[in-house]
Amino acid sequence: MNVNKLTYLLICVVAASLAATGCKKKPVVVTPLPQGRTVLPGGEKPSELPEGGKLGPGEQVGTGGGALAGLEEFEGMLADRAALAAHTVHFDFDSAVVKKSELPHVEAVAAALKADPTVKLLIEGHCDERGTEEYNRALGERRALALREALVKRGVAPERIRTISYGEDRPVDPGHNEEAWAKNRRGEFVLLRPK
Amino acid sequence: MNLNLSSVVLPVSRRLRRAMPPVACAVALLCVPLPVRAQADLVEITREVVPGASRPIPVSVSGFTGEALAVIEFDLYVQGFSFTTPDAAQFLLSGSNDGSLTGRAMDRINKSLLVNKSYTGATLRRQAHAFVEDFIRAIGRVPIDASKKIAFKLDTGANSEIYVADFDGYGAQAVTRDNTIVAAPAWVPGRLALYYTSYRLGNPDIFFHDLSTGQRRVFARYPGLNTSAAPSPDGRRVAMILSKGGSPDVYVADADGGNLVQLTHTAADESSPCWSPDGRWICFATKINERRVLAKVPASGGALQVISTRGVSNPSEPDWSPDGKWIVFTAQMGGFEICVVPAEGGTATVLVSGEDPSWAGNSRTVIFARRQGGRRVLSLLDVPTKQAKDASRFSGSSSQPSWAR
Repeated sequence: MNVNKLTYLLICVVAASLAATGCKKKPVVVTPLPQGRTVLPGGEKPSELPEGGKLGPGEQVGTGGGALAGLEEFEGMLADRAALAAHTVHFDFDSAVVKKSELPHVEAVAAALKADPTVKLLIEGHCDERGTEEYNRALGERRALALREALVKRGVAPERIRTISYGEDRPVDPGHNEEAWAKNRRGEFVLLRPK
Repeated sequence: MNLNLSSVVLPVSRRLRRAMPPVACAVALLCVPLPVRAQADLVEITREVVPGASRPIPVSVSGFTGEALAVIEFDLYVQGFSFTTPDAAQFLLSGSNDGSLTGRAMDRINKSLLVNKSYTGATLRRQAHAFVEDFIRAIGRVPIDASKKIAFKLDTGANSEIYVADFDGYGAQAVTRDNTIVAAPAWVPGRLALYYTSYRLGNPDIFFHDLSTGQRRVFARYPGLNTSAAPSPDGRRVAMILSKGGSPDVYVADADGGNLVQLTHTAADESSPCWSPDGRWICFATKINERRVLAKVPASGGALQVISTRGVSNPSEPDWSPDGKWIVFTAQMGGFEICVVPAEGGTATVLVSGEDPSWAGNSRTVIFARRQGGRRVLSLLDVPTKQAKDASRFSGSSSQPSWAR
């Protein structure tokens, strides 16, 4: 827009405002705004993560994700999802109580860990979508911890067990009905084998 | 419902008459042919938030077009204004946006000129936001500060990443590219910096990310759950949920991660901590006798106190208003409802369907996530009038909004 046009516009606005108020001169105040929107450096590509932070005792966590014949790495061990897949435990709505009907699965997992002292266990806690997201992240953790507790009661050393909550972020069934929800409220056992 | 509304109900016309020189002259009266409407039609401008009980203020908007008009109408709607013809409006907003924006706001009742400005620079959108801010400030209210951004979780298929955008959803930018679950963003007050939860290192860990430099670091990475970081109003401490003690509990640490203190010791799972604006309390969701409740503990440690939310059940995701008066939260009663309760507890008011609310700095507007089919969309809510409107859409499911303040 050229200067003449802007000037003309301002004159028009002042004239219009005078016509409307009718009695007092009100010059148009020009408010200059800072140029450009906020640019986020590194926003598109986060910088590499430095080591450190507040690490738990003795943890060396691998990057994960790299598939090795279906096995991924976890804390320097190979995660075997298939070995205990038949023993996934299901929960009631909004509950972290391990039901009696699910206990045979817990017994089987305890037996597998006792049979091979070189393996460890990762327990994943999951929720259905009928809860708020961070509430579900906490509930999923409590489910995983309840299964850990049940295994410890059956003689598995607690230091062999890690827990992770995915909340509602990793459903097995993406549906939005009771059938899907029942499948998604679960605890999964992932066997960790030495490399 | 006891809303403690004894104070400061200010009819705007009287307030402004006091502020303005006596300019009502014969010419003005002749220029505006319609008589002053009955006093009963006036909506009182009040500094108090009256959740869900206020009538929108009728305004007329003329002269603007296209994007500028859309921005002005959106900003006014989510701050409690409705649109009508000039003869029925309490305030008249007019102007033009040929190149840059010129805006004028008048009180139709007492004929006072509230805003008469031209805006240059930045973008037309920013100019339109600035005009609405000037108008709302001129009638004695605190406007939404359009320079404050929102952060949110955007689902990208199986994963999710953190994005930031203007409060109306425009100009979205990715903050993370972790190719895993990234969730629960929270702004550091007064800074372009976020805390959030990322599974990038194989575990839900809390990261601190300074968006002004692009640098980030691991903030909390204990065995088990590390999530729901909430920086204190002065930014010096961070409340969070950790499960390293055997159950998800509320902890607080210094901003460098040191001086970690466990604030709750329950067998139940706590979630979603937030701070009182004076920094003295941390409010969160927990369970007592298998009943879900909101509770608070002193930030320096101490006994847990329940915050009553009479009338609704299963509260979670509290957020304390910046003026200290209200706690907005999600109640789960079949669906999810955004509710508000006085900060000291009391009877809750159900506002609109949705979840995970976050207050704007004006202690009046809230951003939340609304379920639509299988996904979530971000929406803005004017708490006093219950007027709600979706922010601009993203291709994936967007949730967990945090409004910078």
